[in-house]
Amino acid sequence: MKKLMKGNFAIAEAAIQAGCRGFFGYPITPQNELIEYMSVEMPKQDGGVFIQAESEVAAINMVFGASGAGARVMTSSSGPGLSLKQEGISFLAGAELPALIVNIMRAGPGLGGIQPAQADYFQATKGGGHGDYSLLVYAPASVQEAADLTQKAFDRADYYRMPTMILADAVIGQMMEPCEVKSMDTRSDFDKVWAVTGTKAEPGSKKEKRSIVKSLFLNPDELNDHNKKLQRKYQAVAKNEVMFEADSCEDADIVLVAYGTSARICKSAAKITRELGYKVGVFRPITVSPYPYSQLKEAASGCKEVIVVEMSAGQMLLDVKVAMEGSKPISFVGEMGGIMPSPSQVVEAIKKAGRE
Amino acid sequence: MAKNFTKTEMLADTATHYCPGCTHGIIHRLVAEVLEELGVMDRSIAVASVGCSVLSYDYFNCDGIESAHGRAPAVATGVKRMHPDKVVFTYQGDGDLASIGMAETVHVAARNENITIIFVNNAIYGMTGGQMAPTSLPGMVTTTTQDGKISMNESGPIKVSEMLSQIDGPAHISRVSVHDIKHMIKAKNAIKEAFKCQIEGRGFSMVEVLSTCPINWNKTAEESLHWLKDNMIPTFPLGAFKGGAK
Repeated sequence: MKKLMKGNFAIAEAAIQAGCRGFFGYPITPQNELIEYMSVEMPKQDGGVFIQAESEVAAINMVFGASGAGARVMTSSSGPGLSLKQEGISFLAGAELPALIVNIMRAGPGLGGIQPAQADYFQATKGGGHGDYSLLVYAPASVQEAADLTQKAFDRADYYRMPTMILADAVIGQMMEPCEVKSMDTRSDFDKVWAVTGTKAEPGSKKEKRSIVKSLFLNPDELNDHNKKLQRKYQAVAKNEVMFEADSCEDADIVLVAYGTSARICKSAAKITRELGYKVGVFRPITVSPYPYSQLKEAASGCKEVIVVEMSAGQMLLDVKVAMEGSKPISFVGEMGGIMPSPSQVVEAIKKAGRE
Repeated sequence: MAKNFTKTEMLADTATHYCPGCTHGIIHRLVAEVLEELGVMDRSIAVASVGCSVLSYDYFNCDGIESAHGRAPAVATGVKRMHPDKVVFTYQGDGDLASIGMAETVHVAARNENITIIFVNNAIYGMTGGQMAPTSLPGMVTTTTQDGKISMNESGPIKVSEMLSQIDGPAHISRVSVHDIKHMIKAKNAIKEAFKCQIEGRGFSMVEVLSTCPINWNKTAEESLHWLKDNMIPTFPLGAFKGGAK
């Protein structure tokens, strides 16, 4: 049954239903409802651990420890906190540990502001920390999708042994929508023989040698091999995990490309302009890392112009340019600082493209 | 001839990378012997730090997990909360614990996490080649204080054990040394008491072990032991600050 839920609550409840048994966080607006919900609900779960850490740095390292110990765990934060977590995220990637990181994006740079933005796209999709690594990043556009993708993100993190991320702007975190949080098969069959459990290793048993969780490889050949293994994993993710939604792109003259709340603004603008006779499609990446490059190029192959809409200076814009390979003119509509592009701004951009 | 010494099985059968004359080897053995004597070898988890002891998971013969620099208490917290029945300990140097990881150190004690920290204080950054530490002594020459001016702690070295003992919760906080046999025995007793606190669920425990760094102190192994006794102990007095050995 659907209930009216705030995005932050929906993500938290979806995590619990997905078998998350460790939440380590630190207060920061606009994700506070998430940590507050966890503080109440997580201790009610069998073995559930909630810690309000002394910092975002400590929180992500508690995630590292608890994930290394074999548990399904997460942290959540917003821009400045995510910057602090980057070291830990790099360590998670290096040590091949699964974990969910939620970023309810606010406006930056610096302390910036607490209103919605999409300016952490580069940080999330291009490796915010050091070293060659990628995250599997989901960008929900509704409260229901935020809940569903949270559960998927846990599953995929365990499957690939890598950190995954929910990248949602503050609108998704703060608004209320009807949402049904499904109870999920918690996939206890993920065999985490690699985890540190403090149990005896015995020849012939499941655990044949003691577990060591690490990202340090002092021998360059070993580290090169380790990196190649990580890259093969990311290639498999790119092949198998891309998600997107293409709405009326087949016969569109103009294709709008946007994710998260910006995609909903685009859908409003598309509806308005279609009624005026414009042929407008909306392409919405659901995974922004890996990016649906070939899928976008194909969906926009028949159009005359692509318009990218973001709550940023134009970050995903670069991925759209990579996808389109110069085949179509690309224009951009964006606002920053917590201001959302309005449907009328996008309508104007569509009309302008239509006149050209 | 009767065999009167065997290495504890808690130490893996491998050479360590520690420099000649360094007391890390002694401290590793004390910790390992204690874990064996307490009968918890098969349920211990070692949390390594960044610094000379970064590879300690190669030497302690149990499950091991690495930490980012200074974050071992946070990592140990995550591990322990998921496996409360296991014996979880960190092994950290003074740069790791008292400089970059001070916040994690204070808060793991403030939460009274039921873990044990082995804090090896040699007043210098060993792994990176002898730079100033927050525990460096006044006038100490290091590669970043070549005139002996310790800018990091002009008011004096940070005394972590005294500082943490101001927090109400922790079960055991003590400082020991390994510069001679008598002190090694005392050190082992303190380490045993610390682990007992954890095993009996009494709460957070930390043993600060004064240690040498002959290479970066620019001294012989023997000179280093004397230097520790004559210079470090007056600054870092030995003893139990909370919960002495019973």
